[in-house]
Amino acid sequence: MRLGEGAAPRTGNGPGRGLCHIGDPPHVPESRAEPPTRGRGLFVSTGAHGEPADMTLLEQVWQFILSGMTTGGTYALIALGFSLVYNATGVINFAQGEFVMLGGMVTAASMTAWGLPLWLAALVGIAVTTVVGVILDRAAIRPARNASVVVLIIITVGASIFLRGLASIIWGPDERPVPAFSGNAPIAVLGASITPQSLWVMGATLVTAIAMWVIFEHTVVGKAMRACAINAHAAQLCGIELSRMVSWSFALAAAIGAIAGIVLAPITMTQYNVGTMLGLKGFCAAMLGGLGNGLGAIVGGLVLGVLEALGAGLVSSQYKDAIAFIVLIAVLLIRPSGILGGDTGGED
Amino acid sequence: MLRLRSIDASYGRVPALRGISLHVGHGEIVTLIGANGAGKSTTLAVISGLLRAQAGEIEFEDRGVTNWPPHRLVRAGICHVPEGRQVFGALSVADNLLLGAYSRWRGAGRTQALADMKQQFERFPRLAERRDQLAGSLSGGEQQMLALARGLMSRPRLLMLDEPSLGLAPIIAQQFLAEVQKLREEGLTVLLVEQNARAALRIADRGYVIETGRIVLEGTAQDLLDNPEVQRAYLGKGYREVWE
Repeated sequence: MRLGEGAAPRTGNGPGRGLCHIGDPPHVPESRAEPPTRGRGLFVSTGAHGEPADMTLLEQVWQFILSGMTTGGTYALIALGFSLVYNATGVINFAQGEFVMLGGMVTAASMTAWGLPLWLAALVGIAVTTVVGVILDRAAIRPARNASVVVLIIITVGASIFLRGLASIIWGPDERPVPAFSGNAPIAVLGASITPQSLWVMGATLVTAIAMWVIFEHTVVGKAMRACAINAHAAQLCGIELSRMVSWSFALAAAIGAIAGIVLAPITMTQYNVGTMLGLKGFCAAMLGGLGNGLGAIVGGLVLGVLEALGAGLVSSQYKDAIAFIVLIAVLLIRPSGILGGDTGGED
Repeated sequence: MLRLRSIDASYGRVPALRGISLHVGHGEIVTLIGANGAGKSTTLAVISGLLRAQAGEIEFEDRGVTNWPPHRLVRAGICHVPEGRQVFGALSVADNLLLGAYSRWRGAGRTQALADMKQQFERFPRLAERRDQLAGSLSGGEQQMLALARGLMSRPRLLMLDEPSLGLAPIIAQQFLAEVQKLREEGLTVLLVEQNARAALRIADRGYVIETGRIVLEGTAQDLLDNPEVQRAYLGKGYREVWE
């Protein structure tokens, strides 16, 4: 009691205002409404606009699907990164999640440290992450290129821990905000509400997917990368330099990861350790869609996001993270090649 | 034009080539014959840079090219059409050809490559008909044509063919080898690896016989065709009943 009385004047809140404050959480500024504990964060943004009890089940499901598409969009981008590197090297790059973290953290840091406008900070974030991706390839993967795939995968795990550690030394353990790109006013979509940032996430996913399609279908470098994935020996005999294609794939995967991290950061905030869980979710999405299949990555990401949202919303949000891994196990048991993975090419 | 001196190579700890020496003169068709696993394909892999030589030297057009990476050797003018065709099945016929010219795609190479592609389509009208089809949907003979055309897109001066007639109907294989002869008349030098020794020796100028990683015999194609040992082991004459 005494503690309470003492605290109230210090924060300048009268008892009456305090009550009002407690009863009215939605008016707290959204992005900081609740500590975005990892994983739950994405739902906070839509949840903050209220899921009134009078929503019908159908409306709720629609709301969950929309927020699931948002999460799923970022999963899709991360999964694309996994597939790119997998196609070029046969390696599952477990540092992919750190690319996502770096994108968000570099953007946040360059806004606070140098006062860069958001768009410029985002470009810096993408550029720095891309360079890190290429360095990862040159410094860690290429020197071990004659090692077995398992060794290379372990190297990526090590690189991931290293990058996370480096990030916590440089930027500290605190969460960092990135402002929403275009405000927080929710937009009503057929009875559900969606934040502008969710639209940014979906837009970024769409644009990136189209860009990937253009690169791989209509540029010679993209076709050369596909050729390496189809048959590395024959590609070399065509004069394609394998190691350069691998660098390209790391660069692209890093850039895509950074984009995912940047568009996601305003929703969940960003922190040195966000990459771990996001990377694993992206991996699940890639497996679900069919590892190495670009379209599969997108489909897998969206499906996983929606499943998570539905599971969290209809069953319990405590199981949200478990759902991704249940899906992963189910995929491995039932259809290891994934939804769109046609050939489980054992061409090694 | 091409000279190998005492090349050793191995897969892991298994030795595959021991002191291979051979040469191919400008404008020649030279064939390597031998049984499965004798080291014919390995020899080509070492020349094209896919496999490292552990000892020995390779010279191409008076330059030492030992253990150059494959893409540099392609640029230098060596083309290796691998065994089993190995076309990019999920890419179109036209894309396969363009990738064949990948080594010189920059700048002016691009228009050149497109012109070369036209030329390949004139040489192989079947490919022109199927230019937008996926390479994987072609028949075996067409894929072999595509693999050859893709190789020619790099404008090689030395063409190395690994078992081009493998799995082809005899008539198609014959047509293919006739095409190879035509290419030689256009100035290309050819190193041909074949299981079908008779067919290979018929179009070749010279040949080498390779056994368990060593060259055991060398001579003009006619000499080899007349050699009783070669006849017995590779041409199926004389002891035919033993094999059956």
